[in-house]
Amino acid sequence: MCLENFSSQIAERHNKPEVEVRASKEVLLNPVVISRNDKERVLIETSVNSLRVSIAIKQADEIERILAHKFTRFLTQRAESFVILRRKPIEGYDISFLITNAHTEQMYKHKLVDFIIQFMEEVDKEISEMKLSLNARARIVSESYLSQFN
Amino acid sequence: MSDSPIVNEFNQGPISCHAFNGDRTELAICFNTNVVTIFRKSGASWTQTSTLVEHDKPVTSIDWAPKSNRIVTCSQDRNAYVWTLDGASHQWKPTLVLLRINRAATFVRWSPEEDKFAVASGSRCISVCYFEEDNDWWVGKHIKKPIRSTVLSIDWHPNNVLLAAGCADMKARVFSAFIKGIDKKPAPSPWGEKLPFNTLCGEFSNGAGGWIHGVAFSPSGESLVFTGHDSTITVVSPGTGDIQSIRAPYLPYLSVIWLNENQIVAAGHDCAPHLFERKGQQWAFSASLDAAVKKADVGFTARDTFRRMDSRAQSTTSTDTEVHTHHQNTINSIRSFSGTPEHVEQFSTSAIDGKLILWNADSISRGLGNLHL
Repeated sequence: MCLENFSSQIAERHNKPEVEVRASKEVLLNPVVISRNDKERVLIETSVNSLRVSIAIKQADEIERILAHKFTRFLTQRAESFVILRRKPIEGYDISFLITNAHTEQMYKHKLVDFIIQFMEEVDKEISEMKLSLNARARIVSESYLSQFN
Repeated sequence: MSDSPIVNEFNQGPISCHAFNGDRTELAICFNTNVVTIFRKSGASWTQTSTLVEHDKPVTSIDWAPKSNRIVTCSQDRNAYVWTLDGASHQWKPTLVLLRINRAATFVRWSPEEDKFAVASGSRCISVCYFEEDNDWWVGKHIKKPIRSTVLSIDWHPNNVLLAAGCADMKARVFSAFIKGIDKKPAPSPWGEKLPFNTLCGEFSNGAGGWIHGVAFSPSGESLVFTGHDSTITVVSPGTGDIQSIRAPYLPYLSVIWLNENQIVAAGHDCAPHLFERKGQQWAFSASLDAAVKKADVGFTARDTFRRMDSRAQSTTSTDTEVHTHHQNTINSIRSFSGTPEHVEQFSTSAIDGKLILWNADSISRGLGNLHL
C-alpha cells in the first residue's frame, strides 16, 4: 500500500485514481489474485496512486448467494460513509474497496490493511450466521405452520 | 546539539514538501494544499511569517536557493513561480515561469550555481529554466527525447550542467542541461566529455523494474544513486563501470541523499530513514536510523498483558495503532540540513503525518557500533 500523489498524464489538471482510469500502462502494477477456491478469491490491483481490493464472498448455495448479495448491496448503498468502499464491485466479485493516496494520507496504512482483513474474516462468519438463523427461523415457521394441521 | 532527532510537529495536515533557507532560520512548507507557508525559527519552535498564495492546485515541490535567497515552487496546476523577497516591504513577490508544459509539474530543484533550475513534469519532459535578461522573465528549455512517462524526481550534478532524472517509466537517466551563454564549458567527467543540451549521458534501470522515485548525485558527482519502487537502491559509477543494486527487505524508498561518499540515507514508505554504507567496494544496507525508538517502545511486560486481558478482555495493547517510529506515515522528502555536501551533519525529513524531523548524522555514525549488537 505504497501510494503517492500522482496527477494525470493524460488530462490536464486532473488527478484521478490510475487504477480506475487505466489510461497510462506504466503506472499500473500487475494484479494479484489470492484464492482459496474458485468461489472465494481476492483480487488486488495496484497503481501509483490507488489500489483496488475486490473480494468474492463464499457462496455455496442459493441462500448464501441471496444473503451475500443483500449484504453487499446494503453496504455499497452506504458507500459514502464507508470511505474506502467502491460503489460498484468489479465484475466477477461481490464487493470492492478503492484506496487512494488521499486515504493513506489520512489514515494509518497498517490499520487499513487490518480493516480489510478483518472485514474478510467477518463477512464469511456473518453470512454463515445469517444462514443459520434463517434456517432456524424457517424451521420454526414451518413447524408452527404444520402444527395447525395436527 | 543533542543526539536524538528533533521533532517538529505542525499539525496542519500532510507535508508534501519542505525547504530551508541558506542559514536554516527559515522554512518553507507545503501542507498538501495550494499554499506554501513560510516559518521563521524562534527559539525551539517555528512561527509562521508569511504565505505564498499563487498556485491553484497542490504544490508538489519547493526549493530555496541558499545564496540568492529565492524560492521556486511548482504545482499540479502546470505552473512554477520564482519568489523573490522585496527588501522594503518584506513581501515575497512571485514571477511566473514560462514552463510550456501542459501537465502537472512534479519536482523542482535549483542548480548548484543558482542561475537555472529544472522542473520535472507529467508531460514527459523536464523544463530547464534560466533567466532571460532581455525579456526579464524565466524561460524553459525542454529535455524531451527518451522520457516516456512522468518524471518523478531530479537532481543536479555539482558541475551545474548534468541533471539526473527518475521517471515512472522505470528508468533513471542523466542528461546534459548545458545552456549556451549561461554555463561555461564543463570539465570532462566520467559522464561524458562533449555535452550539448539534451545529451543523454546514461540510462539505467534497476533490474526488476519499478518506478524511480528518488535520484541523487554523490558529492563528487562520480556516482549516482536512485531508488525504485521494487525497494531497491542502485548505485551507478560510470568511472569504474560499476552498477550495484541493493534490495532492502522494507517498503520502497521515495527520497535519497548522500551523507558523504560512503554513506547514503534513503527514506520512504517504511516511515524511517535507512542508512546504506560502502564497505570496500561493496554497498550494503547498514541500519535503520530509527531503531532506538523501537526498543524503548516495547516496554510492556507479560504481567501487563495478562492484566489487560483480565480487565478489558483485550489481548492486544491499546497503543498498537501507532507505528514504532518517529514518523507515523510515509516520508516523502529528505534533505540535507547542515554540513557540507561532502559531509552532511544533519538532515531533515518531512512526512505525510505532518512532522518535520531533524536527524543528527554524526551521532548516527557514532552510534552505529551499538546498533550492530
